[in-house]
Amino acid sequence: MTPADPTNIRVILATDCGSTTTKAILIELVDGVYRQTHRGEAPTTVEAPFADVTLGVINAVTEVQELAGRRLVSGEGRILRPATATEGCDIYISTSSAGGGLQMMVAGVVREMTAESAKRAALGAGAIVMDVIASNDRRRPHEQIQRIRELRPDIMLISGGVDGGTTTHVVQIAELIAPAKPKPRFGSEYTLPIVYAGNRDAAPLVRNVIKEGFALTVVDNLRPVLERENLGPARDAIHDLFLEHVMAHAPGYDKLMMWTDAPIVPTPAAVGDILQTIASRQGINVVGVDIGGATTDVFSVFDSTFNRTVSANLGMSYSIANVCAEAGMANVLRWVPFDMDERELRNRVKNKMIRPTTIPQTLEALVFEQAVAREALRLAYAQHKEFATTLRGVQQQRTVGDTFSQDASGRTIVDSMKLGLLVASGGVLSHAPRMHQTAMMLVDAFEPEGFTTLAKDSIFMMPHLGVLAQVHPQASLEVFDRDCLIHLGACIAPRGAGKAGRPCFRFSIRTGDREESGEMLYGDLRLVPLGERETAIVIIDPERGFDCGGGPGKRVEREVRGGTVGMILDARGRPLVVPTARDASREMVERWGAALGLYPELAPLLTRHS
Amino acid sequence: MSGAYTPGLRVTARTRHQVRRLLPIPGEVLIKVGDRVEARQVVAHTFMPGDITPLNLAKQLSMPPADVPECMLKKEGERVEPGEVLARTKGIFGRFRTEYKVAVAGTIESISSVTGQVIIRGAELPVQVLAYLAGRAIEIAPREGCVIESDVSFVQGIFGIGGEAFGQIRLACEAHDQDLTGARITPDMKDCIVVGGARVSHEALERARGVGAAAIVSGGIDDQDLERFLGYALGVAITGSERVGLTVVVTEGFGQIAMAERTFTLMASRQGADAAVNGTTQIRAGVMRPEVVIPWSRAEAVDEHGPGTTRGGLEIGAPVRVIRDPYFGAIGTVTGLPPEPQVLPSGSRARVLQVTLTTGDGAIIPRANVELIEG
Repeated sequence: MTPADPTNIRVILATDCGSTTTKAILIELVDGVYRQTHRGEAPTTVEAPFADVTLGVINAVTEVQELAGRRLVSGEGRILRPATATEGCDIYISTSSAGGGLQMMVAGVVREMTAESAKRAALGAGAIVMDVIASNDRRRPHEQIQRIRELRPDIMLISGGVDGGTTTHVVQIAELIAPAKPKPRFGSEYTLPIVYAGNRDAAPLVRNVIKEGFALTVVDNLRPVLERENLGPARDAIHDLFLEHVMAHAPGYDKLMMWTDAPIVPTPAAVGDILQTIASRQGINVVGVDIGGATTDVFSVFDSTFNRTVSANLGMSYSIANVCAEAGMANVLRWVPFDMDERELRNRVKNKMIRPTTIPQTLEALVFEQAVAREALRLAYAQHKEFATTLRGVQQQRTVGDTFSQDASGRTIVDSMKLGLLVASGGVLSHAPRMHQTAMMLVDAFEPEGFTTLAKDSIFMMPHLGVLAQVHPQASLEVFDRDCLIHLGACIAPRGAGKAGRPCFRFSIRTGDREESGEMLYGDLRLVPLGERETAIVIIDPERGFDCGGGPGKRVEREVRGGTVGMILDARGRPLVVPTARDASREMVERWGAALGLYPELAPLLTRHS
Repeated sequence: MSGAYTPGLRVTARTRHQVRRLLPIPGEVLIKVGDRVEARQVVAHTFMPGDITPLNLAKQLSMPPADVPECMLKKEGERVEPGEVLARTKGIFGRFRTEYKVAVAGTIESISSVTGQVIIRGAELPVQVLAYLAGRAIEIAPREGCVIESDVSFVQGIFGIGGEAFGQIRLACEAHDQDLTGARITPDMKDCIVVGGARVSHEALERARGVGAAAIVSGGIDDQDLERFLGYALGVAITGSERVGLTVVVTEGFGQIAMAERTFTLMASRQGADAAVNGTTQIRAGVMRPEVVIPWSRAEAVDEHGPGTTRGGLEIGAPVRVIRDPYFGAIGTVTGLPPEPQVLPSGSRARVLQVTLTTGDGAIIPRANVELIEG
């Protein structure tokens, strides 16, 4: 666990132990720059009959070893260190979400205040929040106790009260938790860790209540005053307990922890770390999304404030039926430019749910899956916006000047107009046959406004780079920029609504060797080629009522970076309105698809369907 | 990841099968190694701590929380019965006293002078674990549970609802591709595990529930019918806790699909045998599939065991079932395994295999979209 001197590091090995797959990447110093050179993967081995996570790690690393022609695993099945010219690595790091990741339950006094701050702390630490208990969550005490008894969390977090405030309510919460005797996920011998991060005056009283059968850790209040959150100490305590208790009970992790040069971090926490690093280095606001089979994680950094949400049952395989149920089949089908039999479709969705590893073979199946993805992403982003807010419960001091700008507390801090970079990851986005499809899934679901760069994480490398940033920030950033992100291009979309076919904005695009200008009509979508290493100066003159970042009707000039897709001029308005009436949406979606070249092979199918 | 195809569901006429039966919390194991047990026999039991009733006496009696302990007429650890006076205020000069009568029975677990809250713990809740599998105990984990072993016919389904159920195997269809309609359910199927062929209809489910059948096992089910039967739409495939009066196991999937012929033939060959069925399905890390377990009686049990758990790889000549459209449900034999990924009609690149379907047609299918037919 003693990392080598950063200046002497040439070879870095990183693994991410996921629920189903363990991924390994090799990073090497090539011509003075850190590059990701090889990758390998193998099934994760935390469950019977293997029950040792290091087996999967060694298998994945062995694949890297074979591809790289560099021996990384010793005859005894250990990772070789330090690096020589032909073998070993200088640093080995790992993240983990195996076994369903870190599952937590949080409790606070007031749902919208301390309980919400506690939830933010747990999510920021990379946890899945199973439930939030609060004095005012509209459940009666015996219902709360029943819920606590049913769930089997890895860790609990209790908060409540500002420092120096009343102690009664938070002690009352503790009094519910203690006799409920929540059972941890891992076996009856395991002592459930509880983090207390509430009113410091109540800490001795809470200690008095939560005694036997729990491992209580008391840290600084995560909401010491109403106006400020202090999530760091609670988050650090969660990470420590994750390693000491949760990981130590997962099969093989005791060994893995000895191997790594930095503490093992929950995968989502590592993604959060790298996005925060990027936002701070580049001075931009960032949104990242990772859509998986069961869940969708959304990360955002707006004005240096980090937020993460996990939409537990919005995913593309295990949870696909839930996406269709939550969004409604009509909302899914509005993205599909041909008719499908609803009864058959419902059966198809359920068959994907019960056989989650299957892939779309036909183009119709792909179009439908990408339609579901749009809705899953849209719902997950809506949940994220609702959660990522200014602190609730803070009294606003107003002056006469504020009369016309009364910002309420608890408003979302996610402002799509201020978004600089939107990063996609997860199977349906990463493995789409055409990058254009990835870009449009992002645009349709997130509705970026103004100028937004679109990118995707090439091989879900962000977790590795998040941990690497802790031990070698330079290597992490170099690999992030050169190998991790694939720049898809940019989306330029004014905010506002208009009438179809009426002018929306004029544009002028200047690149090194060409100049182009024109007008976009409301409802239109257009793709302007702009290569991966190209930039362009773009001037947008929006019509009255449309805002592209400079204010309604105001000209905006920006430098735009290209990508594998190019520059998307989006005059469909914001918020984006796609009708659920089949005839209207079919024509619209078909036209947009043609403009972007989303499914070039679809035309014969459309003829067939019509 | 070259082996990233779906392993097939297990369907075997005879295999030695073990089940681990554990208590949720430590308790008492009632059998010992070597004991023969019946499926419905209780093999371990324990008591869960009782339900909790919190009472805020400070609020109820309008007094400061700190005064609650001295107003209590019962101490921590003492029992209370409904209607009993739990606390009495001091009143003014001993008069105008207010009392609080408890509405639940239980034991006083704690009295808080900080919040004025009194916690009453109800009677312990008994928890029993049944053997589930008729057979012999081969291992005992003291205070935790046991492992039961038996020679069985074993059928794994793809999806189910409802928990464990027991009954005799009873065929309701004559062929594997015959739909299980309501008309095929008869009153004498009470307490039976009813085996259908292809799709089970909503009417059949309702009739089976009506006559008191223990379970239904069939090839397919329409999502719409399942939703009507459950009364809600299923969002994620984590099932087993439904209390709908019937356990349902689907062997192939959703839609109009016939039960695999081999599965149906096996079930037919065990008609009349006592069986256990569990609809519990969990399709996440630690995947659980529903199952039908049909023990052989001791007289029938012999030392020979079929190939059972032997699993070959995906190789030329291997029988496979297609598990996604456009060939969903089709059965065939692998005729080619091109090593290089190919472009699919969807535009994706994926590793594929060539198959000759039972219809005689050839098809190219992504490897991820087939499962091995295992036995």
